Amino acid sequence: MADRGFDVRRQTGFTTIALACFVLLYLPIILLVIYSFNAGASIAIWEGFSWRWYQSAWANEQVQEATVRSLIIAVWASGISTSVAVLAALATTRTPRFRGQSAVFAMINQPLMVPEIVTAVALLIFFAMIKVATGYTGLFYLIIAHSAFCIPFAYLPVRARLQGMDLSLEQAAADLYASPFQVFRRITLPQLWPGILAGAMLAFVISLDDVVITEFVKSAGQDTLPTYMLGQLRRVVTPEINAISTVLLGISVTMVIAFTVLSKIRN
Amino acid sequence: MADLSDTAARRASRVRWMLLAPALTILLLAASGPLLITLVYSFLTPGAYGGVEWQLSFDAWFNVIMQRDIFDETLGWSDAHLSIFWRSVKLSLLTTVACVFFGFPTAYFIATRPKKQRDLWMLLIIIPFWTNLLIRTFAVVELIRNEGTVNSVLIALGIIDEPIQMLFTEFSIVLGMVYVYLPLMVLPLYASMERLDFSLIEAGYDLYATRLQVLRRIILPLVKPGLIAGSILVFVPSLGAYVTPRVMGGGNQLMIGNLIELQFGQGRNWPLGAALSITLLAVVMIALLAYVRAAGNEEVRHG
Amino acid sequence: MSIAISARNLKKVYPGQPPVTALANASIDIPDNEFFTLLGPSGCGKTTLLRLIAGFEHPTSGSLDMFGQNLLDAPPHKRPVNTVFQSYALFPHLTVAQNIGFGLEMLGKPKSEIRATVDEMMALVKMTEMADRQTSQISGGQQQRVALARALAPRPRVLLLDEPLSALDFKLRKDMQLELKRLQTETGITFIFVTHDQEEALTMSDRIAVMNAGEIRQIGGPRDIYDHPAERFVADFIGDTNFLPAAILSTEGQSAKVRLASGQTVSARLPARDAPAGKVTLAIRPEHATFTSEADGLVTGTLAQVVYFGTDTHFHITLDDGTAFVLRRQNSSDTGPGHSQGDRVGIQFAPDVAQVLKD
Repeated sequence: MADRGFDVRRQTGFTTIALACFVLLYLPIILLVIYSFNAGASIAIWEGFSWRWYQSAWANEQVQEATVRSLIIAVWASGISTSVAVLAALATTRTPRFRGQSAVFAMINQPLMVPEIVTAVALLIFFAMIKVATGYTGLFYLIIAHSAFCIPFAYLPVRARLQGMDLSLEQAAADLYASPFQVFRRITLPQLWPGILAGAMLAFVISLDDVVITEFVKSAGQDTLPTYMLGQLRRVVTPEINAISTVLLGISVTMVIAFTVLSKIRN
Repeated sequence: MADLSDTAARRASRVRWMLLAPALTILLLAASGPLLITLVYSFLTPGAYGGVEWQLSFDAWFNVIMQRDIFDETLGWSDAHLSIFWRSVKLSLLTTVACVFFGFPTAYFIATRPKKQRDLWMLLIIIPFWTNLLIRTFAVVELIRNEGTVNSVLIALGIIDEPIQMLFTEFSIVLGMVYVYLPLMVLPLYASMERLDFSLIEAGYDLYATRLQVLRRIILPLVKPGLIAGSILVFVPSLGAYVTPRVMGGGNQLMIGNLIELQFGQGRNWPLGAALSITLLAVVMIALLAYVRAAGNEEVRHG
Repeated sequence: MSIAISARNLKKVYPGQPPVTALANASIDIPDNEFFTLLGPSGCGKTTLLRLIAGFEHPTSGSLDMFGQNLLDAPPHKRPVNTVFQSYALFPHLTVAQNIGFGLEMLGKPKSEIRATVDEMMALVKMTEMADRQTSQISGGQQQRVALARALAPRPRVLLLDEPLSALDFKLRKDMQLELKRLQTETGITFIFVTHDQEEALTMSDRIAVMNAGEIRQIGGPRDIYDHPAERFVADFIGDTNFLPAAILSTEGQSAKVRLASGQTVSARLPARDAPAGKVTLAIRPEHATFTSEADGLVTGTLAQVVYFGTDTHFHITLDDGTAFVLRRQNSSDTGPGHSQGDRVGIQFAPDVAQVLKD
């Protein structure tokens, strides 16, 4: 039986637009994934199912190198940014308010506020100076650049968790003869790990997906997967790109869902 | 008598800065420090093959909006730059408006679902947000290019004979930016709508308001902070967009981000690129400050 | 009898604009094996004093000794005091037994000793069956017992309790009041108990310090504090009190002859220190006053309202000078002649039940 009552929550046309929105949000992604399995070379005409493009991407040496490089950078960047972010989060939540606090917050959140292109050219300029001065052109530049812009993403979930924690738990432990380090290891850390893991995963995804800063900072022959793809877009596009994208999408979606689950864990 | 709590405070301060040191060092090396150097570069002379000559010059800042005619040396507005600025602002505003048009009903739709479903709907908004921006842009490209899905379907259906040129237009840039930045509109809007007290809406209907009046007179004022936040969160990255106009604009429809890049590539004018970067940064900071102030006022009013 | 805690001129000021004085100038001696209560409204500084003893806050000035040894140089984890927190602060990732054993573990006690003490503590608070439960799986009252056992397990010389009963419902609170008193007697540990509930303070304590606005206003046994409040704040905060204006005519030891507004004279008790002179205020508890005829009354007035409370009845009287006065009478099968609204009444009270206040 249809509900003929007056629904106060309803607004004319809103549901239609909202559902259209969800469809439009996912349609391109779904098509992209579907065509990665296309047997033909087209990204618009379906010619049957095949793993062909995954095999060709897998066999592509440039893709292999870019993948390894992306993973190396993402692992280092998420590891470094999460470690320093945990320390910074402890400093800003477990000591009293201090002079310079807003400056510290501004610095930590700078990568979120400054447009990526601005950071990218700033790094290009700065690292160009260092490259000339030292002659070193290795991966370190990319790792430290990624570490820097990953810090706020690792910092925010850890800080949120620290702030949500009952301070009296740590006081109770100190009251029961635990030294500051024991308090951290036995009380704070066990409750903090979902936040740390969430932050590390977020940082990993952010690093893995970065295009702009990597594009400006990388030395010759240092393509990551996204910059490799950006370069390929200028040429004739084959479903190989779709296949690479699908794998990257899979990693991101897994991480985001895991992140959401982790942030929901209470106590 | 010395304050006994001083010793404790000093110890806390030492521990705090020790804990902050690693993070601040990295940020100084790869975020704040380089920005300051960029500022310095904007006052230098461009080198012949990129880079700079260490010679003070205000040309870069002058060239941001002005130019000297190469033939008769007369001063004039830099039409090329101004038209790129204008396009950046126009497309960013269009993107923001389109995001409001799609985002507002979407956020409202999610906020009015049963409590248990809301997180799931929100997850559907968040997932695309955390997936690779390049891939999402690329997904839209595949959809709208001349031999892409939309044109293929339309031709197969006999509606059109020739593919419609959608890619490499201003329309495609806006479409791409709406697509990638829409979650930034929905998130804050949803946050303020979720707290909406629906008895207020019932009271509105009780006092003879129509649906449209309820929307305009009750819902809109209550979710205004979320609307402002969402608009700024969309406008700011749109203005500094680089990937989307590069992929969607095909090199003809430049925005500020691409103009900046050009100075470090073909243009070989690093100081001008630096000056343009600082200009963009300043505009973004003003927008963010306006946002912080608006958000602050709201908090005071509700607190 | 040794002194467990000795505080001298403790002061705690929080910096800020303007600075907030949480504790103005507190000096106090708490003997060993005493159930001592800090009582006062919220913001009076009682919790600050407790946290200074525990070491979670550092005083701006003053000294704090425990059994003659300076306590202020030691961080919280080196002070032989334990705290029962208002929120209990049970570690959510540890079981009941692990919570109780935490302090002993931190002190590096051998496993066998920890197990024995934990068993003993769980028996003491009747939680033995719950040993392996998660703390989220037990009731509020049980959490309270675990928090208590956890704080008692390392055998502190002083136990600090920060409003530990405030989260419990009425009946549980009554049970725990008796339980706490029993535990204190059995263990012989000095309890310092913080509460804003005057009834809790009166039923459990050996001695009470009443605090207001960062200062200790009066220290004494429960009877002492209730029957002989030294000043208006104490009289008002603890129980119901009538205030009557009076003038001191003469004093003799702890007793003073005072004249009431009605012109009648009566003897009243003087505060132990800083006795005032001239115009003063008298405090009389509602249950200490009785009805008499209008002619015999120390003060007289009109009965404005009669409120029936089951066990007793409250009579609201407007005195002739306009002051409000409440008289409380216990109900029994032969309550005697009834009084009804509008009646003219006289009120009397025995010599020395009225207390002269300091202010």
